[in-house]
Amino acid sequence: MIRLEGVTKEYAPGHAAVDHLTLEAATGEITVLVGPSGCGKTTSLRMINRMIEPTSGHIFIDGQDTAQVPAAKLRRDIGYVIQHAGLFPHRTVLHNVMTVPRLNGWGRARAESRAREVLELVGLPGDFARRYPAQLSGGQQQRVGVARALASDPSVMLMDEPFSAVDPIAREGLQDDILRLQQELGTTIVLVTHDIDEAIKLGHRVAVLRQGGILAQFSSPADLLAHPADDFVADFVGRDRGYRALSFQQADVPVHPEEPVRIGEQLQRRGDQWLLAVDAEGRPQGWVLPAEVAEAAVALEHLHRGGTVSAVDGSLRSLLDAALSSPSGRGVVTRDGVLAGTVRAEEVLSVIQSAPRPDGTSIQGGAGDSDGAAAGVGPQQNEHR
Amino acid sequence: MTALGTDLGEVAGFAAQHAYLAGVPLLLGLLISLPLGWVALRRRWLTPPVIVGTGLLYTIPSLALFVLLPGILGTQILDPINVVVAMTLYTIALLTRTVADGLGSVPDHVRQAATAMGYGPLRRFWAVELPMAVPVISAGLRVAAVSNVSMVSVAALIGVSQLGLLFTDGFSRSAMGPIVVGVLACVLLALLFDLLILTLTRLLTPWLRAART
Amino acid sequence: MIATIWAWLSDPTNWSGSGGILAQALEHLRLSGIALLAAALVAVPIGLYVGHTGRGRVVLVNAVSAFRAIPSLGVLFIAALLLLPRLRGDLAFELPSLIVLATLGIPPILSGVYAGIGQVDPAARDAARGMGMTSWQQLWQVEVPCALPLIFSGLRSSMMQIIATATIAAVVGLGGLGRFLIDGQANRAYDEMAGGALLVAALALLIDLVGALLQRFVVSPGLTPATRR
Ligand SMILES: Nc1ncnc2c1ncn2[C@@H]1O[C@H](COP(=O)(O)OP(=O)(O)OP(=O)(O)O)[C@@H](O)[C@H]1O
Ligand SMILES: [Mg+2]
Repeated sequence: MIRLEGVTKEYAPGHAAVDHLTLEAATGEITVLVGPSGCGKTTSLRMINRMIEPTSGHIFIDGQDTAQVPAAKLRRDIGYVIQHAGLFPHRTVLHNVMTVPRLNGWGRARAESRAREVLELVGLPGDFARRYPAQLSGGQQQRVGVARALASDPSVMLMDEPFSAVDPIAREGLQDDILRLQQELGTTIVLVTHDIDEAIKLGHRVAVLRQGGILAQFSSPADLLAHPADDFVADFVGRDRGYRALSFQQADVPVHPEEPVRIGEQLQRRGDQWLLAVDAEGRPQGWVLPAEVAEAAVALEHLHRGGTVSAVDGSLRSLLDAALSSPSGRGVVTRDGVLAGTVRAEEVLSVIQSAPRPDGTSIQGGAGDSDGAAAGVGPQQNEHR
Repeated sequence: MTALGTDLGEVAGFAAQHAYLAGVPLLLGLLISLPLGWVALRRRWLTPPVIVGTGLLYTIPSLALFVLLPGILGTQILDPINVVVAMTLYTIALLTRTVADGLGSVPDHVRQAATAMGYGPLRRFWAVELPMAVPVISAGLRVAAVSNVSMVSVAALIGVSQLGLLFTDGFSRSAMGPIVVGVLACVLLALLFDLLILTLTRLLTPWLRAART
Repeated sequence: MIATIWAWLSDPTNWSGSGGILAQALEHLRLSGIALLAAALVAVPIGLYVGHTGRGRVVLVNAVSAFRAIPSLGVLFIAALLLLPRLRGDLAFELPSLIVLATLGIPPILSGVYAGIGQVDPAARDAARGMGMTSWQQLWQVEVPCALPLIFSGLRSSMMQIIATATIAAVVGLGGLGRFLIDGQANRAYDEMAGGALLVAALALLIDLVGALLQRFVVSPGLTPATRR
């Protein structure tokens, strides 16, 4: 557990960048610091590994006052990932990742096998190891940055806007990987971002900071959306928070059977009804209009791929999105990737309406209490197509 | 008037000669480096030969070049034109790379915006790219100016008249006075060139001053 | 004209012996090597210190450009006049020139080292500190290797400056290929002057080439433009 106790940082006397910040980042969880630019997120984060020394206050890691540990030693035990990865351009990917184990006195062979292991873990196998950072894409560089931080198997990782410099698609992949890795390794992570969506997706707990490093709210993502503590937080989490809060609600929604057509099959049915096409394994591929197929067999070029797909046990948000985005009005749901049936928007909405409203002290989903919902924050279940 | 045993009228004459021998090559070199630098930047396959070629030019020691040029140009060894040509070559050697770097530092979006507004390549070069590259080019020009002034004095060894003659003259008479006066005059001249370029740059880049205040 | 220069260059008697081309070329290299070493011993530590700590930056930048304005010929004469009467033997001819050579070789190295350290990616520097490198480790494991391309170009232009000044220093009695230029002029022998000039130019090119090759081996491929996309 990381505990900040009344931590203050003044770059100039009288002007606090961080003001009496008290905060606990629980062991084995992702704690996100979020807030507008210049509110003191980076400063707070960098005080944890003493890259910046607090003006006053104390920081404890597992009960140990960090001020008592030599700075370099402290940092070697804490993973550190920054915005542009900060890879060493003169070292290959492999040697970049070997850096911290080597600093910790590991032998070359042991450091190398560990480096290969973590590179595999972040999805950069084999031949990437020999490349230089300049030969990687921004997203790949960031993966190496994460691997480098993981190499010495730290129990604590600090991440400062780790994904803000990569494109949205790569960012989503990286976020999913961090969630997966964190679950596998149980690392305690403190992550800084200015993107509220990222905070809500990744955080077990989210700390919203306001200008001057003052803690505006510290709670679970679901709680943050349902009960913004004040106007500042409400403004910061954004307008469509009602809709986004559905990400944390799960409930049983009636699933209707759907009679699909297989790709390559001759159509038996006619009419102007949309039909769902699946592949040989029964995975949904898209919608077809019989009129457009005519006498031919159903082929890829007949598919309308507009709709999103949700898992049957997905959040209400992904179920609703599946229904609303489907050209037929029937939302496709899957179980383990295989077609399970379809849902209707009006039925999802009525489930939403009958579900307990977030007017009590905690938001309640149909399946489990608020804690369960918050802990269930994971890679979003809707598979975009 | 004399100082340290040196006739200051003579010094002034030498200084004028010196300024001419260092200054004219600076202008010529700049005029030649502009297209050369542009070509090195925009025609990728020409980049290595132009950069390597100008780099090699710079490795030739000045005295060697002063001695070799008469043989190549068919001029008399005492002809100042040798010095002008040699210094022009050095200026080109220094500036071509700087021009390429300066033009390369113009952001792509600015070039594209200019093209979108209907500038042809030549007008875009004069109206947009060159002005924006002025700070970088000017920095290179200042280095070239200062090292030109210092290098011209070497031509005294082959007898070309300028401030360097004070050195050879003083040394042959074991008199420190003229040498010290010559060194001071050289440094002063270099400073003058530097200030001149600095002032011109400020006049040419009013937007930079606006940003600073 | 070319024929007479060629005749001088291809005459074997000009190549051998104590004052011959080979001996003078080796002498030129020896003197330049000593001067470069001395210049590097002074300039590299100062450049590393200023680059790493950021202290004394303004002084360094101004000193380097002021140095450039000093005419090498003038200071060679001043050093010779000051020191020649006070020294004896071979040292009398070498030391004043060597001091000037080394001094003029300092500024390019200084600005190369300083600029090299200065252009290291701040993110890489930050990461090095954040992963627990000591200040010393940051310098030697990250900053210096990343600065090597510019350190090398500083060393190479320092060497060019030294070779050129060593040529001029023949006028105050220093050995080396400059002898042919100076002695040739005294004897009104243009073939000897031009031949010597060609040799000096060739020597400078050769040494720069060696420097370039060395740079290729020492600098990490990750830092060369060819590796980048
Ligand atoms: N080294 C410094 N010296 C002086 N002031 C600083 C320094 N570093 C940060 N500050 C100031 O402290 C405040 C907080 O900075 P910090 O970098 O922690 O913000 P941030 O929340 O990380 O912002 P961003 O989202 O833009 O990265 C800002 O007002 C900033 O100007
Ligand atoms: Mg920040």
